[in-house]
Amino acid sequence: MGAILKIIAQRLVLGGVTLLVVSLVIFLAVNALPGDFAEAILGQGATPEAIEAIRRDLGLDRPLWERYLVWLARMLQGDLGVSFAQLNFQSNLGGTQLKTVAEQIAPRFANTIFLAGVTAAIAVPVSLMLGVLAALYRGSIFDRAANIFTLTSISSPEFFLAYILILFLAVLNPVFPSLSNIYEGMSFFDRLERTMLPALTLTLVVTAHMMRMTRAAIINLLASPYIEMARLKGLSPMRVIVVHALPNALAPIINVIALNLAYLITGVVVVEVVFVYPGIGQLFVDSVKIRDIPVVQACCLIFAGAYILLNLTADILSILSNPRLRHPK
Amino acid sequence: MTRISRRGLLGSSVAAGVLAATGVPVFAQAKRGGHFKAGLSGANTSDSWDGRTHSDLFMIASAQGAVFDSLTMVAADGTLVGELAESWEASPDAKVWTFNLRKGVTFHNGKSFGADDVIESLQMHVAEGAKSAAKPIVSAIAEMKKLGEHQVQFTLQSGNADFPYLMSDYHILIYPAGMIEEAIAKGIGTGLYQVESFDPGVRMVAKRYPNHYKGDSAGFFDSIEYIAINDNTARMNALLTGQVHAINRIDFKTEALLKANPAVRIQEVTGNQHYTFAMLTDVPPFNDVNVRRALKYAIKRQEMVDKILLGHGMVGNDHPIGPANQYFAADLPQLEFDPDKSRYYLKQAGLDSLDIDLSASNAAFEGAVDAALLYQASAKECGININVIQEPADGYWSNVWLKKPFCAVYWSGRATEDWMFSTAYEEGAPWNDSQWDSKDSARFQELLKLARAELDSEKRRAMYREMQDILRTDGGVIIPMFANYVQGVSNQIATPEIIGNLWQMDNARMAERWWFA
Repeated sequence: MGAILKIIAQRLVLGGVTLLVVSLVIFLAVNALPGDFAEAILGQGATPEAIEAIRRDLGLDRPLWERYLVWLARMLQGDLGVSFAQLNFQSNLGGTQLKTVAEQIAPRFANTIFLAGVTAAIAVPVSLMLGVLAALYRGSIFDRAANIFTLTSISSPEFFLAYILILFLAVLNPVFPSLSNIYEGMSFFDRLERTMLPALTLTLVVTAHMMRMTRAAIINLLASPYIEMARLKGLSPMRVIVVHALPNALAPIINVIALNLAYLITGVVVVEVVFVYPGIGQLFVDSVKIRDIPVVQACCLIFAGAYILLNLTADILSILSNPRLRHPK
Repeated sequence: MTRISRRGLLGSSVAAGVLAATGVPVFAQAKRGGHFKAGLSGANTSDSWDGRTHSDLFMIASAQGAVFDSLTMVAADGTLVGELAESWEASPDAKVWTFNLRKGVTFHNGKSFGADDVIESLQMHVAEGAKSAAKPIVSAIAEMKKLGEHQVQFTLQSGNADFPYLMSDYHILIYPAGMIEEAIAKGIGTGLYQVESFDPGVRMVAKRYPNHYKGDSAGFFDSIEYIAINDNTARMNALLTGQVHAINRIDFKTEALLKANPAVRIQEVTGNQHYTFAMLTDVPPFNDVNVRRALKYAIKRQEMVDKILLGHGMVGNDHPIGPANQYFAADLPQLEFDPDKSRYYLKQAGLDSLDIDLSASNAAFEGAVDAALLYQASAKECGININVIQEPADGYWSNVWLKKPFCAVYWSGRATEDWMFSTAYEEGAPWNDSQWDSKDSARFQELLKLARAELDSEKRRAMYREMQDILRTDGGVIIPMFANYVQGVSNQIATPEIIGNLWQMDNARMAERWWFA
């Protein structure tokens, strides 16, 4: 157990360094984009004086390294800052209360997590089941059909899948709403109904990976002697796979599931825009459009953090699920 | 299809007389009730109830269109009517304006409306450091005086006959005095609808304010919900699947799909929004009026309307005044593609052929690059070689517009002639994108000042006609087309016969004017 804690500690420190690098890269990348917040927000109304005024108010006229260090110092104290858009309003208005980036992101992030949760609740059992069945009947029509279907869906762009689903489930047969504008105060079931189409789209995207890994890991084990033994004992093929093979195949499967869960948080940008789902992905797109660096930075940190934590969880779980790693000699 | 413009209606003065005599008969059959949902573009996470920052449809429809009021309002037929102001009168030089305010109006928090609210709300726009888009309008007021609880007097720096029109600007909303910050935070206005919830960039819900001063003549829905849908396809889907009752900005390319659906209809009006190619008249060769004239005859306008707007627009005549303006000179001869005339003016300029650069980007308007290429093709027949430079969309307005000598531009147009001209054609105005000044036409600049202070409508019409003619003949801006406002409405919703053409969605006032059929 001590070894595991040590691993966790090590990985968390490394994760912290990764976040730092990510924040620096994003900061430089956003600044390298043509135009800045002042130009983006003013649009056609961009006179040199107005641009200067906004840059001065937001500190955009100071050198790059200075801005980064100020942001970093605040971030290390747990302060993600205030978005440029909000600051711009304040300088317009005088003293209305400001919404911090954290307050702006929190409800959006909760929505994204909800979508990821619904998707995971559908996608993980479905792909495990498909994987197990495909392994059981490998080479059969079912195996091939499942493979072709999932590979087709993972190979199609997300927006295309989204439109296909809209066409079949919203336009031709109005089962689910094509608009997923969930909001505070909605009942859980309303929310679930509205979230269904984006969740199904994401399910189509992530299923192939998980299902094929499950299938491959199980088939890999089916050649091992202990499976042979189980079969010779006269156990049913289903029981051999679920009880004997699956537990030993868990490590790689968990790894893939964790990676895909991370994708559900970071890869939702397109799906959220298509379905008008008020999640973090939409906020991210809006913020990049107007070069609102504090929000972009915060979103990227959340994305990177999700990847780091879920990867860590995957590694820990695969250690825990493997007795050889759990009890090292 | 609803294609009746204000002009078409007012063309018969009888109709106008009937309208004036019976009030607003178009609402006679309107029914109350229902929850109206619209999917609108132009929403941002940075949106707020601060009118000074409003620039796109979502907030204009939510604020001026539902929750807040202004002093005056442009009715669907283009006439100016009072909203919070009941009546107004001007001194003979159009310098001193007295507004009589409506009595018995309350804000949504119960505070009663009076002169202080007007004065304080206007002062917001000229406050220290405020970056209001309406600052030029308000800073033209030299003095604001409260004559009584319900009477305000404005003294302007110089006479302006359009002043009451300017008070209908969507930036100039009336907030309760002494609590403006709170009103901006919560959305407290005097409008027909009271905010229930507002999530910037996502959604706005409001319910009908009981006992509103507009009574039964407007605001027929029990509640309204505006949903932010910036994505074109998502907006179309929302209308087609019946999740919203109306959407703005139909994508022309997919319009046929909407037409095929029997449950929805398409509304189209031609307003003042126009697409232009602006040249800097102080940069050679554009400083030569003959070069400009040669360019005016080298463009195929109808082809642009057909191919860029897919027919949803009308040809422009190189002046920025559109059919939604009062003094639109429809009788001016239309500029046509004419290679002979173009070559003639080129000769007058002492040139056999002309090589120029034209900067374009789809940031200027959708299809700007294609439009520039069409221009290139037609100009070639006239001996003018246009080299189209595709500029990056990012930073287009800061790096290309007003800087490159010839570039594509978008204008939404203005409610009044003077406003449009003084924004983009007055000597020294910051957005004068053709550097149009007295070196080009001293007469134009003189007329601009004269017409501004002229209260006699017929005299103004003559002056504005002459100004439109000057721009048409000599101006530095090619205006090949005016783009229609095209929107989709469910057949569950009934709309008045005349749809406002000043802005999208019935001047953004669908919550006020539409009802469930």
